[in-house]
Amino acid sequence: MVPNHNVRIEELKEIARKLRIDILKSITEAGSGHPGGSLSAIDILVALYWRVMKHDPERPDWPDRDRFVLSKGHAAPALYAVLAEWGYFPKDWLWTLRKVDSHLQGHPSRKDTPGVEASTGSLGQGFSVAVGMALGLKNHPSKPHVYVMLGDGELDEGQVWEATMAAAHYKLDNLTAILDFNGLQIDGPVVKVMDTSPVEEKFKAFRWEVKLIDGHDFNEILSGFEWAKSVKGKPAMLIAKTIKGKGVSFMENKVEWHGKAPTREQLEQALKELGAM
Amino acid sequence: MAEKKALRDVYGEVLVELGERDPRVVVLDADLSKSTKTEKFAKKFPDRFFEMGIQEQDMMGAAAGLASTGKIPFASTFAIFAAGRAWEQVRLSIAYARFNVKIVATHAGIATGEDGASHQMTEDIATMGAIPGMVVLSPSDATSTRAAIYAAYRYHGPVYVRLVRPKAPILYSEPFEMEIGDVRKIKDGDDVTLIATGLLVHEALKAADLLEKQGISVKLYDFITVKPLNNEALRDAASTRYGIVTCEDHVVWGGLGANVAARLSELGLSRPMRFVGLRDVFGRSGSTEALYEHYGLTGKHIAEKALELVKNG
Repeated sequence: MVPNHNVRIEELKEIARKLRIDILKSITEAGSGHPGGSLSAIDILVALYWRVMKHDPERPDWPDRDRFVLSKGHAAPALYAVLAEWGYFPKDWLWTLRKVDSHLQGHPSRKDTPGVEASTGSLGQGFSVAVGMALGLKNHPSKPHVYVMLGDGELDEGQVWEATMAAAHYKLDNLTAILDFNGLQIDGPVVKVMDTSPVEEKFKAFRWEVKLIDGHDFNEILSGFEWAKSVKGKPAMLIAKTIKGKGVSFMENKVEWHGKAPTREQLEQALKELGAM
Repeated sequence: MAEKKALRDVYGEVLVELGERDPRVVVLDADLSKSTKTEKFAKKFPDRFFEMGIQEQDMMGAAAGLASTGKIPFASTFAIFAAGRAWEQVRLSIAYARFNVKIVATHAGIATGEDGASHQMTEDIATMGAIPGMVVLSPSDATSTRAAIYAAYRYHGPVYVRLVRPKAPILYSEPFEMEIGDVRKIKDGDDVTLIATGLLVHEALKAADLLEKQGISVKLYDFITVKPLNNEALRDAASTRYGIVTCEDHVVWGGLGANVAARLSELGLSRPMRFVGLRDVFGRSGSTEALYEHYGLTGKHIAEKALELVKNG
């Protein structure tokens, strides 16, 4: 089953709202995890899996599928919510996240979870794997596209710049990177922890095509992906301005929600805000 | 004097053979293709060779990604970079994801010589062996290198192959096939067992000569497969009268010998042992021969350790 590309923006918003609920419930059940970066990423993931990528939950290893690599692996709850919604695995797996007998590891594990393309979580690594996928698919007859999502804190990693250089060197126009630019990392604002600016100019200097979008505006996200696919002879990067913790008032733009689970009470409040109760 | 050949030259030749028979074979290198000998493949199959520049970490990730598309990637660089600098990429991107990547690293051990400790990987059996599911092969000559590379190719899963820089005498005159786990028994004897890997197999042979001249009968194993350890060979190795000397161009902490001792202990076959290898020291610049003498890795040193076992016997 390939996504129905006629899914309307209003429906995408509704899917994202429901998946935000799944993300928060799964992290609360787990008692640990990364809500902030999962909530900043989810709108982009919904756009990818419902409007952009060809994929088939019945055949996770379909050779013609587009690939998605979550290089910022700590946003695993967002990816799991998407894959469960598509039926890559039963939805009740979400409530086993991070438990000892679960198929859902704290960070994405290819061997454990159907639909997960690469094992990530150590920052920088997924980007290189995506470069390898794009290299391997470059001459594939059906021209599968590779999507990789990075965090802005992740840009501190030297390996990111190795992969950036290699992707441009090999002119990987079948690779699109999305930067989840929420401005916060564990120890504080990205500009204070390790100032990676100017990000746009850096990627341009590395010979990427770069476009800035609002990572919570589906029109901008979708036109961004359309643009990215039209880029020829170069890899494309969407710098998506996002809000860490997006959708839950007390989590938004709060660095302390990078890596902690809500309490039951906090979950209740969050679900109310998301219209679940 | 037996004919000598560099193991990495054989690697380069086998890569071309594999490239001819299997279009899935692709090769990655990190600006060392002249040294690792992947350049032969690069010339023959430019579309299937990926020069990654001096980016070992990125190369390991890219190899994983290529494997995900059905390719059989061989990623090569010096052992220090493959099993040191890029260790965590090998661990997570390749091994944890269980991608079918072959890491063939050259310039292992102090045998690397004049470049000195920065380029002498003396911890790779430990670092690569510690990764769950990683196979570690360490051939000793041209013939066994050929067998090892083919075995790695046929096996589905991550494999680390440890090659050395210098030429090595040809030990096996007849080509043979091996599978992962295979080792070779070169000599059978009753008094002491020598278990050696890589270049140290040649030193162990010299030791066997010295010992036999003194009437000591030697059993000698070439552990081409270091991991997984071959229990059957270990049971046989444990059957000699005086015990076992392990021989490796690698630190003894976490090396072949330490793992052999642990396994024998677990099997209830503990024997008196001696461990020839580097004892908590880095290498230094020098010729391979001078370094082996300096660090006690020669046939003479191995024979001395064996004689200790016989005297304590």
